[in-house]
Amino acid sequence: MDDGFDRSKSFTRRAFVVGAVQGGILAVLGGRLAWLQLVEGQKYKTLADKNRINVKMTTPSRGEIVDRFGVPLAVNTQNFRVMVIPEQSEDLEGALKTLSKHIELDEKQLKKVLEQSKKIASFVPLEVRDDLSWEDVSTVEVNLPDLPGMSINVGEIRTYPLAEATAHIVGYVGAVSRKDLEKDEAPVLKLPDFQIGKTGLESAFEKEIRGKEGTSHMEVNVRGREVRELNANESLTGKRLTLSIDAETQRFVQNRLGQERSASAVIMDAHSGAIYAMGSFPSFDPNLFVKGIDVDRYQELANDPSFPFNNKAISGQYPPGSTFKMITGLAALETKLATPSTTVYCSGSYEYGKDTFHCWKRSGHKYVTLEKALMKSCDTYFYKLSTEIGIDRLAETARRFGLGDDFDFDLSAARKGNVPDKDWKMARIGEPWRPGETIVASIGQGYILCTPLQLGVMTARLVNGGKAVKPWMVGYVGNKKVHEIEWPSMNLNKNHLRVIKRGMDKVVNHEDGTAYASLIEEKKWRFGGKTGTAQVKRISKRERMLGIRAGDDEWKYKHHALFVGYAPVDNPRYIASVVVEHGESGSGTAAPLARDLLRFVQERDPAKSDIKVSDA
Amino acid sequence: MISNAPKLSDDLTLLAKLQRLSWGFIFFIALTASIGFAALYSAAGGDMDPWASRQLTRFIVGMGGMLFIALIDIRWWYKLAYPLYIFGFILLVIVELKGQIGMGAQRWINLGFIQLQPSEAMKIVVVLALAKYFHTATPSDMKSLRFLLPAAFLIIAPVALVLLQPDLGTSLMIVMAGITMFFLSGAPILYFIVGGVLAVAALPVAWAFMHDYQKQRVLTFLNPESDPLGSGYHIIQSKIAIGSGGIEGKGFLEGTQARLNFLPEKQTDFIFTLWVEEWGFLGGMFLFAVLGTVFLFGHIMAQKIRYSFGRLLVVGLIVNFSLYVFINTAMVMGLIPVVGAPLPMISYGGTSMLTVLVGFGLISSAYVHRDAKLPRM
Repeated sequence: MDDGFDRSKSFTRRAFVVGAVQGGILAVLGGRLAWLQLVEGQKYKTLADKNRINVKMTTPSRGEIVDRFGVPLAVNTQNFRVMVIPEQSEDLEGALKTLSKHIELDEKQLKKVLEQSKKIASFVPLEVRDDLSWEDVSTVEVNLPDLPGMSINVGEIRTYPLAEATAHIVGYVGAVSRKDLEKDEAPVLKLPDFQIGKTGLESAFEKEIRGKEGTSHMEVNVRGREVRELNANESLTGKRLTLSIDAETQRFVQNRLGQERSASAVIMDAHSGAIYAMGSFPSFDPNLFVKGIDVDRYQELANDPSFPFNNKAISGQYPPGSTFKMITGLAALETKLATPSTTVYCSGSYEYGKDTFHCWKRSGHKYVTLEKALMKSCDTYFYKLSTEIGIDRLAETARRFGLGDDFDFDLSAARKGNVPDKDWKMARIGEPWRPGETIVASIGQGYILCTPLQLGVMTARLVNGGKAVKPWMVGYVGNKKVHEIEWPSMNLNKNHLRVIKRGMDKVVNHEDGTAYASLIEEKKWRFGGKTGTAQVKRISKRERMLGIRAGDDEWKYKHHALFVGYAPVDNPRYIASVVVEHGESGSGTAAPLARDLLRFVQERDPAKSDIKVSDA
Repeated sequence: MISNAPKLSDDLTLLAKLQRLSWGFIFFIALTASIGFAALYSAAGGDMDPWASRQLTRFIVGMGGMLFIALIDIRWWYKLAYPLYIFGFILLVIVELKGQIGMGAQRWINLGFIQLQPSEAMKIVVVLALAKYFHTATPSDMKSLRFLLPAAFLIIAPVALVLLQPDLGTSLMIVMAGITMFFLSGAPILYFIVGGVLAVAALPVAWAFMHDYQKQRVLTFLNPESDPLGSGYHIIQSKIAIGSGGIEGKGFLEGTQARLNFLPEKQTDFIFTLWVEEWGFLGGMFLFAVLGTVFLFGHIMAQKIRYSFGRLLVVGLIVNFSLYVFINTAMVMGLIPVVGAPLPMISYGGTSMLTVLVGFGLISSAYVHRDAKLPRM
């Protein structure tokens, strides 16, 4: 019995140890549970939510772009699409075949759908066709019972009603590129059907018109299937852009430019700086880009020597030619080197040192004052004064009138041109400025380059009584006014401005004026301005000896034709700045074009009412 | 020996036996099973089908079997210990041979009326056989290697076969239950220390013999994030589910990880995960308390039994049950590698429930007949 008792005691002891070990392990397990649930609980809660919650974004509607009267320039139109959910269609191939009996389907797209259906989870809807007509939509709707898994879905597609006419202003949207993603980290860019502004105002005001994406938190299971919606925020439509542009004038300008081979024009308000129209020809249809342009068509546009993608009105940089003479003249008056009655004799050429500078009229203009020099576009008058003015003072005057400035314009494609002076030449070319170069600059040749927009602004400042207007195009972002209409005075002598304006008046309205041929008979529509013919290629002595004369080579060597004008003559309101690339002659090509534009815009008179802002 | 043969005639009436049953023990077993029904109901997304209802049926049938075993005189079980061991071992050999002759790695044997998993049965019969072997051991026997070696062989032989299947989890359980039997029987502590050292030294050898998938499991356990979509996926998702339960849990039927199928095998091996995701730390501790109470009942019952066979059998089987619990919960909480072990009574599946209930039946039989006279020496 003793032995048994001992064994029983030993067993009790050892069973206790076993029990203690079991208890200890339970405690360890409990501790582990506490660690996971109490200490690290929050971390795992987050991970569990990441598992189950799929944040789904909905594409916001893009803000519209409208003209000053509310005419749409960029709108969202409904895009009807046929979608199919593979798992709901027992026989996908068969269903697609049935569908092709009702509407036209692209073989390639069908193949793509079939391929995708094998790769992607079967509950993800696939697009079979988009851009359905109303008839197609109703045909599909009626036949839906025979088309298992198919449905009609409405998306939005950006449309530009004026197409070519506003391509350079409004720009276009397109699929998000890798580059876009690098610049902008907004999550909405990752939505498959999201489109981003690529050019023009669509790009410049992308952030404002984009809107805010909606989000919905979807609970998904392990395979990604949506189980239910947890909560949702509606998307917010982007802000509407209301422009100073008048669609009618814009369309007219673009059509009229189309009579030339390559030309651009700006029509703006002399006092407020509002742009009424800005055209550049040739153009392109931005609607083609929204859905992705095909490669051949794109290549054709990209290789066109007249650069249809360029908005030449703001990014074309040309020597201003004789349109610069107002600046030289005004500089002479302001520096008191000349008075309105100062007379210069033009023999047809001007000797400076060893060099001879020719007036365009070889026989000479005889005795000319500033007013006459502008009217007849006499070069000698300006040659003579220029060396006394000096390039630095000339450049300063040019800058005061907006040359060399991009005005922080609404379109980022606006270029600054070039206003050369002594420092510029030293820094850029490394040589000192030669006085002869001032002579060339005085008639807008040489290093000086301007955009049509700059020439328009220059003209506005000359004829509006000397107010430093700046150009603008976007009037309102949403309901917020973003433009100025009052501009500070430049403190110029009114008498000097009057002389310049009288000269410009006579350019068109005096029988000796260079643009007299473009005179408008009706007195109330009469306009003033200045012609310009800018040499594209300097003619070397050797070429001159070979008989090559400027302007008679092939098209790309021909002179640019320029005209800056204003109307009405007495109380200027509208400014037109026109450049016809290789148009040969300012008086022959640019002046008639400017006449047509100024005539149209005066009759249309978009300035008569303020920009209309509607809620939305 | 013959003169000392036990009388197998019942000296207790049926009523007396029923009265001697530990109803508290049975109550906590039923409570454990009920937690299982609730978890399975939730695993099916709030439906008795397909798991909870079948599990309930199995439990009721299993409970009947358990009581039947409990009411059979312990001396019968004493007598049957070796025959049952041999029978189980033969089945294990048959399963192994079937695997060898090209029927694939199978752990099952179809006895016509029931699918039997011999390795599962071995967990019980090894304890049964060892309890009988050590029943008559004297303290000097326990020091004698000659006496202990045959007992060790009782463990090693089936474990070798189970390892060949290969089933690491079951092998470990049999080994650990067996070692516990040695310990309870009074084997010198020194032997365990020496054995432990030898086992550690044998680890590299064991590694060399391991199957690739077993190695992978160990490696994945050591760094589950290394393969988040492969074998580490289960354990990561399980930890997320458990951790996200927090103190109070997500609520009954509200476990997102389980309901949205992020949790694999939620009705079987990962049922504990589902339970604590929905009931939180409080629910987990409640479950541990219930299971701990079952262990405790086992120990208390063992102390009241008057003969070694019964005491060893009861504690051995309780340890066996606790091993299931420890391996499963440690696995789903990422403490040990994924070995594919169920949580008995709670995980969906008949095999582990059957094994455990048979074990509880034997425990109860030993307790009901706690005053029985068993032969000594």
